[in-house]
Amino acid sequence: MYQIIHAEFIAPDIKKFVIAAALIARKAQPGQFVILRVWEKGERIPITIVNGDSEQGTVTLIIQGLGKTTRQINMLNSGDYLHDIVGPLGQATHIENFGLAVCVSGGVGTAEALPIARALKEAGNTVIAIIGTREKALVICETEMRAICDEVIVTTDDGSYGHPGLVTDVLKTIISRERKPDYILAVGPLPMMNAVSEMTRPLAIKTMVSLNSIMVDGTGMCGGCRATVGNKTVFVCVDGPEFDGHQVNFEEIARRQKQFTAQEKIATAIFNSEPQKVLHQCRLSKVIAATSQS
Amino acid sequence: MSSNTLSKKERLAIPRQSMPEQPPQIRNRNFNEVNLGFDAETAVLEARRCLDCPRPTCIDGCPVIIKIPDFIRLIVQKDFLGAARKIKEDNLLPAVCGRVCPQEEQCEKTCVLHGKYEPVSIGRLERFVADYECQHGQAQVKINPPQNGKKVAIVGSGPAGLACASDLVQWGYEVTVLEALHEFGGVLIYGIPEFRLPKAILKYEIENLQKIGVHFEANFIVGKTMTVDELFEVAGFDAVFLGVGAGLPWFMNIPGENLMGVYSANEFLTRVNLMRAYEFPEADTPIRIGKQVVVVGGGNTAMDAVRTAKRLGAESATIVYRRSEVEMPARIEEVHHAKEEGIIFRTLTNPIEFLSDANGWVKTARCLQMKLGEPGPDGRRRPIPIPGSEFDIPVDLVVMAIGNGSNPLISRTTPDLQCNKWGNITITGQGGRTSKRGVFAGGDIVTGGATVILAMGAGREAARSIDEYLKTGIWETEPESASNHKS
Repeated sequence: MYQIIHAEFIAPDIKKFVIAAALIARKAQPGQFVILRVWEKGERIPITIVNGDSEQGTVTLIIQGLGKTTRQINMLNSGDYLHDIVGPLGQATHIENFGLAVCVSGGVGTAEALPIARALKEAGNTVIAIIGTREKALVICETEMRAICDEVIVTTDDGSYGHPGLVTDVLKTIISRERKPDYILAVGPLPMMNAVSEMTRPLAIKTMVSLNSIMVDGTGMCGGCRATVGNKTVFVCVDGPEFDGHQVNFEEIARRQKQFTAQEKIATAIFNSEPQKVLHQCRLSKVIAATSQS
Repeated sequence: MSSNTLSKKERLAIPRQSMPEQPPQIRNRNFNEVNLGFDAETAVLEARRCLDCPRPTCIDGCPVIIKIPDFIRLIVQKDFLGAARKIKEDNLLPAVCGRVCPQEEQCEKTCVLHGKYEPVSIGRLERFVADYECQHGQAQVKINPPQNGKKVAIVGSGPAGLACASDLVQWGYEVTVLEALHEFGGVLIYGIPEFRLPKAILKYEIENLQKIGVHFEANFIVGKTMTVDELFEVAGFDAVFLGVGAGLPWFMNIPGENLMGVYSANEFLTRVNLMRAYEFPEADTPIRIGKQVVVVGGGNTAMDAVRTAKRLGAESATIVYRRSEVEMPARIEEVHHAKEEGIIFRTLTNPIEFLSDANGWVKTARCLQMKLGEPGPDGRRRPIPIPGSEFDIPVDLVVMAIGNGSNPLISRTTPDLQCNKWGNITITGQGGRTSKRGVFAGGDIVTGGATVILAMGAGREAARSIDEYLKTGIWETEPESASNHKS
């Protein structure tokens, strides 16, 4: 049982959690993730670490409620408990002074890009962040990004804030500047990461993408997260999650991510019809935790 | 002196007792245990078949040297709890081993009755007394050996780790088992299905270890949460045992293996066993329910996967194996049970490609017929493809059960730990000493995929070696450059 020290919504359906997990906090590096479970029969889901605070012994996660499990997590509040959290998993982002680095992020991916942008800046890079969302209300971590980066550009699909349009529209302008980027990180929805990779391929700009595959154990045991990179099968959990975007077979990953669409519909329908029951599953965990501590 | 008052002739006249089982056509639709176990009367009758040889050869076949005639004699005397205690002198997990050991290749093969008569059902008797103890025995007595102040970390809660932890705690060490997953048992919990090894039995055994003082910590990945070096320097352990198993699934590297609907056996079994996907949507983890399932491989894991697929609702569940049934590494009992349950066996068959439907789901397993050639280095006849023999099997779910390699999480973060070219940790001599001072290893991570009992044997050998090392401080095999810990 791992206590939630602090929880707050930072945008509609997007919640920030600070969780007591001292061992993970001690080791967490940018680009790594944890696997967590909400309750006794919960599934194991990978979530990127936004921050590890070794002094406080906490990790920060930002979670968007999309499926049953993430929406269930987002029902939890300060003082509640997660059933399990394990990590840090995956390889840390390779950080060096590339020169000009651009972090392109979409949706909740901005939370994942934040620690990487910080590390890139600390390594001496000039850092530009391009943050994209559907609409103004869904923009997250903008203030934090502005505190770190040399330039931050926000885009919204509906034009309600920043540049109207897609992150790739802005990226196109940036890569056509005289000073070309030396390194690009893209993190967010697959079509965005694919589009970014295609855009930088002709210019041969080093482009890393952070893949979010379906995982069970997250330690290389199940192979469920496998992807094809450079015509070789890799395990995203132990070999990744970041890979050379020019080598990734995005089509295959997109298909594999949809493996359980039918089951997700069933789980979501049950969630929608009985949200109280789902909340009870978490609360039960809370009772157990309280009992085991007394 | 024996209470087996029957004459040798009378003992030989008793037939080997069969164990009751769930009927095949009922059990292939549920996850309850297939074998139902002896009752006391049958157990005593079976025990009476033992000739109580003056020089018992059965023990030679046991990797952990259980005093087999002694415990069988206690069964004849109806001292079932005594029999369980006798086994536990050498094997702490009799309820597990009585179920999953390949006795036909071990103790029962070297039983003097084997050949002319049928061997004593040693495995079934072991299982009987273990279950009897579980149902009737008092809670394990808390032992309080004098604490010696030394701390040992056991990495992995599978059979090797549990065996190692059990011995060390009884010798006064402070023992902590570190497990990467959220439940304990390793392959016993994520790999072996409920119908072969009920989880309640494993839980009972692990609770016993907790009662005698072993600490268990879940969600702790050595190599990530802490490195091996940090276990010494930060956590203050005096020795580390690596029993992390063989946990990286192999694939064949043929086209179509990454299609939707193709699983590794690890993923398929973990979803069902550890994550209880068969309860979906009551449990959150989903699994694809295949109607036409092909499992590639011929080992126990393949049998577990194919029988699981059948229970989940497959109309046809097929084993595809490249050699013939004779070469199959699976236990005879598992193959027999699978056949009874309606599993189809296509031997001398090897997939070369998987094809998909328009949506990317696996639809066809394209296979080649094989024939057997000359024996290979392992003594088994090698499979040779028959040119032009391609044929298709319609499928909607494929499980690759062709074995596991070693997980690199620990070796990548422990540069001074020597591994062989397959990534298995190299040990020197008996006792599991690795190239790194204070670090021991045993089980599948050393040998590659093997059996539960061999892993337990390795865990116990390592325990003796750890004890010796921590008492003497002598690390004989130590290369000079590898020393960076004080003992």
